Amino acid sequence: MEEFAALIRELDSTNKTTVKVAALTRYFQRVPDKDKVWAIAILSHRRPPRPVNTTLLRTFAAELAKIPLWLFEESYHIVGDLAETIALVIPPAEESSEKSLTQYLEEIIDLKSATEAEKKEYLHENWAALNYYERFVFTKLITGSFRIGVSQKLMTRALSKATDIDEDVLAYKLMGDWDPQKITFQKLILEENEEDFLSKPYPFYLAYAIEDEPKDLGNPADWSAEHKWDGIRSQVVIRNREIFVWSRGEELVTDKYPEFSAFLEVIPDGTVIDGEILPFPGGDIGTFNDLQTRIGRKTVSKALLNKVPVILKAYDVLEWEGKDIRTLPYLERRKILEKLHATVATEDLPFHLSETISFSNWEEATVERERAREVKSEGLMLKRWDSPYLVGRKKGDWWKWKVEPLTVDAVLTYAMRGHGRRSNLFTDYTFALWKDDELVTFAKAYSGLTDAEFRQVDAWIKRNTLERFGPVRSVKPELVFEIAFEGIAESNRHKSGVATRFPRILRWRQDKTIEEANTIEELKQLIPK
Amino acid sequence: MPLRKEKKPLLCFDQNGIYCEPAGVYLDPWKPVDKAIITHGHADHSRWGHKQYITHHTNVPIIKHRLGEIEVSGKEYGETFTINNVKFSLFPAGHIIGSSQVRVEHKGEVWVFSGDYKTEDDKLAVPFEPVKCHAFITECTFGLPAFKWLPQEQVMNDINSWWQQNQSEGKSSVLFGYSLGKAQRLLKFLDPAIGKIFTHGAIENMTEVLRPFADFPETIRITRETKKEEIRGGMVLAPPSAHGSTWIRKMVPFETGMASGWMAFRGARRRRAVDRGFVLSDHCDWQGLLASIKATGCERVICTHGYTEIFCRFLNEIGYDARTAETQYEGELAEMNSKSDDENDDQ
Repeated sequence: MEEFAALIRELDSTNKTTVKVAALTRYFQRVPDKDKVWAIAILSHRRPPRPVNTTLLRTFAAELAKIPLWLFEESYHIVGDLAETIALVIPPAEESSEKSLTQYLEEIIDLKSATEAEKKEYLHENWAALNYYERFVFTKLITGSFRIGVSQKLMTRALSKATDIDEDVLAYKLMGDWDPQKITFQKLILEENEEDFLSKPYPFYLAYAIEDEPKDLGNPADWSAEHKWDGIRSQVVIRNREIFVWSRGEELVTDKYPEFSAFLEVIPDGTVIDGEILPFPGGDIGTFNDLQTRIGRKTVSKALLNKVPVILKAYDVLEWEGKDIRTLPYLERRKILEKLHATVATEDLPFHLSETISFSNWEEATVERERAREVKSEGLMLKRWDSPYLVGRKKGDWWKWKVEPLTVDAVLTYAMRGHGRRSNLFTDYTFALWKDDELVTFAKAYSGLTDAEFRQVDAWIKRNTLERFGPVRSVKPELVFEIAFEGIAESNRHKSGVATRFPRILRWRQDKTIEEANTIEELKQLIPK
Repeated sequence: MPLRKEKKPLLCFDQNGIYCEPAGVYLDPWKPVDKAIITHGHADHSRWGHKQYITHHTNVPIIKHRLGEIEVSGKEYGETFTINNVKFSLFPAGHIIGSSQVRVEHKGEVWVFSGDYKTEDDKLAVPFEPVKCHAFITECTFGLPAFKWLPQEQVMNDINSWWQQNQSEGKSSVLFGYSLGKAQRLLKFLDPAIGKIFTHGAIENMTEVLRPFADFPETIRITRETKKEEIRGGMVLAPPSAHGSTWIRKMVPFETGMASGWMAFRGARRRRAVDRGFVLSDHCDWQGLLASIKATGCERVICTHGYTEIFCRFLNEIGYDARTAETQYEGELAEMNSKSDDENDDQ
């Protein structure tokens, strides 16, 4: 544990990628295999289920720190991180723990079935025995994610340096479902084992947003354009008469979308398709809001299946006839995909092609992009016809070219303290629009201001608080912000009657008074008919 | 003797500052007044424009350096001076060199204003001394149980090993600390055996003022003429405002560190984008505040700046008559965020 805590501390105390990779590499070279597996699991968000809920954690921690629970809660709101608060308020320990990372994780897994009294005893004993940073890391293992700026890509790079195995190969090995408790480092990383790959998807290729004018990309003939769909990026894997549906978060979601089992009857083994899961109510592409009703469900009722069926909008094929074809040019892969689609597609099969758009100059592409909201897309995807399917987010061959966001001017009404690097600062805001003489909440936004602006608004909020509700403060309606969002749809779940997609702060309108903010009516007029 | 509840309190808070009406004197006023007793030299406590200043004699050169030619009289710790039958005396606050608490006595009633203070003996300022009183006006900048300071010696060992480590990698160490107080505390305990210690102009100027009062290692002021190669591997003390400025480019390659109580929070360090945060404060931590209040034997507590509401609620729960007061003191946040008067000096 000492070494893992030291690693997290090192990662946490630098902003430099090279330093982070070096620290991770050293860690992977040094620790026992079992700890390596757990470290990989934790850094790729495969933690054991939470054994103790946060209410109990807070109560236990306040007891050990000998402070009233309300004081612990207040401290937590200011520190902005539960594990950090716990580590800070409990008196320091002198020694450091002998137990290994693996041992801790095994204990944490066992803790799930323990009684409340046993949980308390276990936590009190371990908190008291760990020094500040180890206590923080130990509690993090229980509560949730480490925000230490280590992407899976970065971790994979370090693992590659430590093992001399190619980064892309490692990325593939780490995909999908594996259980850190059962698997060995040998089996996960070192061995070549065909069987294990049966269900595995390929690492997704992700695009960057286009920075300049598309005409800077050069000759339009080198580029394919298609609409950028607003659903769940997914891979459908068909091998050995089984189907596996993977979301981009590497979550196996096969059971959530039973519609796709129909693919087994028509699509041959050894096929992997990359596409977007889209809602398709009433035979038409729906809004992301429609899809929300499906995302949360583990099992889907027949009624819901009828109300909001889904389709796969396919845009790429990564494996064909059992062969990895990611290195083929996009044009060739598209030919295979289109041929497959033409052979098997029927009206009932939820297998649609994401059509490529023909254009002979960038102006034509621009015109098509403007139609995005009409066809329920977010803009265009530009892909180079000769590009291979790469791993992760890479610049050059694939670009997303979103439509300009919709915007309204809204009034800041509530604020909450942020987390991570924004802890102790009010950075999470709620915005409202006018409905007659009333301000009605319509969106929350957390990003879009510079650090300096956040500091300024934070200071203003502290001076202009009307009421406090735990971590939330209502503030004097005075500040106006321009809020941008990608999409908009009617919603019964929102007080305003409207749901917005990806709301964020575009700019602080210091030139506007609250009377100049927009109305809910004006917002509703933006809903596509 | 209990506090008189029926009459106007001996010290009250008005639009100008903390006012002692029977004496006609303000303590650390934030608006210009005739007569001001000043606890210490930080900008939010010693402001410009008063007709007459009274402060500890060590603080005299400090505020003269900051405020220019002012009418000021210096007092010893424990020396009683009487204004309109009100007895005043200064006691060490341990916050920075020359910092004081103010004891006010009138008709058998004793009030103490803490100014800013810390309980740890930093071997530089005269250590904090609790003063018995009926009412105690206290800061609570770090009035949360999440704040627990490590001993200075341990933090300074960390800083010196960080410097050594950077030096072995061929880098300079740029350490940010407020130019009055924190910078000299760091300087005093840096190990000159490791290498040369350089200073930003603002820190050098203040250190020159303070050299008669303490034994500091030798420093080199960074000027336009200072050669880049000369700095390499050295320690550079700079005010927080120098972070991200053009001035700092001369230190490349370098690592940055910041010494402040706020560095206890991971979020604060990341927000500052410094490579290393060292938790070192010139204010009390949670236990320090509670122990100090207890040691005064007071029954009433007034909390001025920091996490006042939370701290007050806790004091009330453990049996004190505590309330908050609005002031314009800012504590360590101001020391980190704002520029002192001469930090714009880019030399």
